[in-house]
Amino acid sequence: MRMKRMAAVAAVAGLAVAMAACGGDSDEGGSGTGASGIVGKAESQNKLVIGVKADQPGLGLQTGSQYEGFDIEIAKIIAKGLGVEESGIEWKTTVSANREPFIEQGTVDLVVATYTINDERKQKVNFAGPYYVAGQDLLVKSDSTLTGPDQLAGKTVCSVTGSTPAKRITENYPDAKLQQFDAYSKCLPLLENGQVDAVTTDDIILAGYAAQDQYAGKFKVVGSTFSDEPYGIGLKKDDTTGCEKVNEILTAAAEDGSYKAAWDATLGKSGTAAPELDTTKLTHCGAV
Amino acid sequence: MDVFTDPENFDAFVSGFVWILKLTGASAVCALVLGVLLAAMRVSPVPVLRGFGAAWVNIFRNTPLTLVVFFCYFGLYATLGLSLSQELDVNIYWLGVIGLSTYTAAFVCEAVRSGINTVPTGQAEAARAIGLSFAQTLRIVVLPQAARSVIAPLGSILIALCKNATIVGTIGLIEASSVMKDLLNSYGNAVIVIFLVFAGTFAALLIPTGYFFGWLANRLAVKR
Repeated sequence: MRMKRMAAVAAVAGLAVAMAACGGDSDEGGSGTGASGIVGKAESQNKLVIGVKADQPGLGLQTGSQYEGFDIEIAKIIAKGLGVEESGIEWKTTVSANREPFIEQGTVDLVVATYTINDERKQKVNFAGPYYVAGQDLLVKSDSTLTGPDQLAGKTVCSVTGSTPAKRITENYPDAKLQQFDAYSKCLPLLENGQVDAVTTDDIILAGYAAQDQYAGKFKVVGSTFSDEPYGIGLKKDDTTGCEKVNEILTAAAEDGSYKAAWDATLGKSGTAAPELDTTKLTHCGAV
Repeated sequence: MDVFTDPENFDAFVSGFVWILKLTGASAVCALVLGVLLAAMRVSPVPVLRGFGAAWVNIFRNTPLTLVVFFCYFGLYATLGLSLSQELDVNIYWLGVIGLSTYTAAFVCEAVRSGINTVPTGQAEAARAIGLSFAQTLRIVVLPQAARSVIAPLGSILIALCKNATIVGTIGLIEASSVMKDLLNSYGNAVIVIFLVFAGTFAALLIPTGYFFGWLANRLAVKR
């Protein structure tokens, strides 16, 4: 009996602590939204929650509690531009399917996660950027003679089931044999052993895989892109000020060389030269 | 419901389940043959065969099917170069059949062995007394009786096998569960409908299977 009562007391105490903690959280959230958007939150709290990918080498890859990659570096540049120290960034892992809900529900303040800007998504969130224009490309062995998607007839191409790159292959290059998996990482050992002739998705993702230590020097990105995937930074739909501020930061980063430095430290390792950040292409942040 | 009125989606749905049925059919036959052989080994007087049977059962019954199927593709095909067909899908299909039957055979073996235990020892002793060899005893006297007593559990194994066939999707066969994931990606607003249709189709295939095996077990059981 006695034990039971003590357990009950402990449970009630635990509950009270938990509820107090929840209360604290919601208070913070309240003041954050009150100060309008990411600019306000960065100023008042010196904190930002940034959604990134955790499984994309070279772009957003989590090892232990550390995140690294090009997207991560871009996110750090933006946070710095908003006046938030690196220690004030809370990384949050997102996957492709939960990026819009995370932004809409305020789980994250920003999303920098190979996030292609398109009209469908624009109806739900606001985009700054693009900070990079990716395109579908082919990853092949470094001694391969394949130069583009037109030569894929009879060749085996590996991609992810139901992804846009896979669909583009079936629609535009029906003579290619398409091997589909649930993750790109499964394609790489096959490419290494020669069971598939190419792996296809956005060039930047392919460059990330090619830059991994265990594949160093074995693969190359063909370099003839056959689609446009402008990668943007997602934020709340009504946060026009925040979006404009991010675009300003990106422009500044292109000028002072920190954009190039971010590339060189991450995807540049695959041997691909840093791209130019075309500041004329930046979005209008929802303004018509 | 408009997800399935699109003929392209409907075709994908049908072809997904056709793959599942093909996988189940071929694997069921292979697993049954292999499983009975293994059971025979496990009750045989030869220690090496008994050891082999026991090892097979213990290894494959305790390894996740995902790993077994994964190994068939990435071990047998990608690394060792075992290619079973020029056709991409067909190659994955047969690799999947190898994985599924290797795994399921362990369960069939144990079911059959439990059936053998239901046959009274007197049956085997009588068979030996009239001069039958071990193989003859097993083939003519013991196994036919054992098989009749394990029809219901074999039905359960078949039902599990049919559902397990969805694992072959992880090595790139566009079977029912892959089609479902694909549809869920493109029709986020119809998640419940898509899920219910796929789950319902499996149930529609398998509930009758269960009843059929129950009926068969009743009819064929050796009444003691």
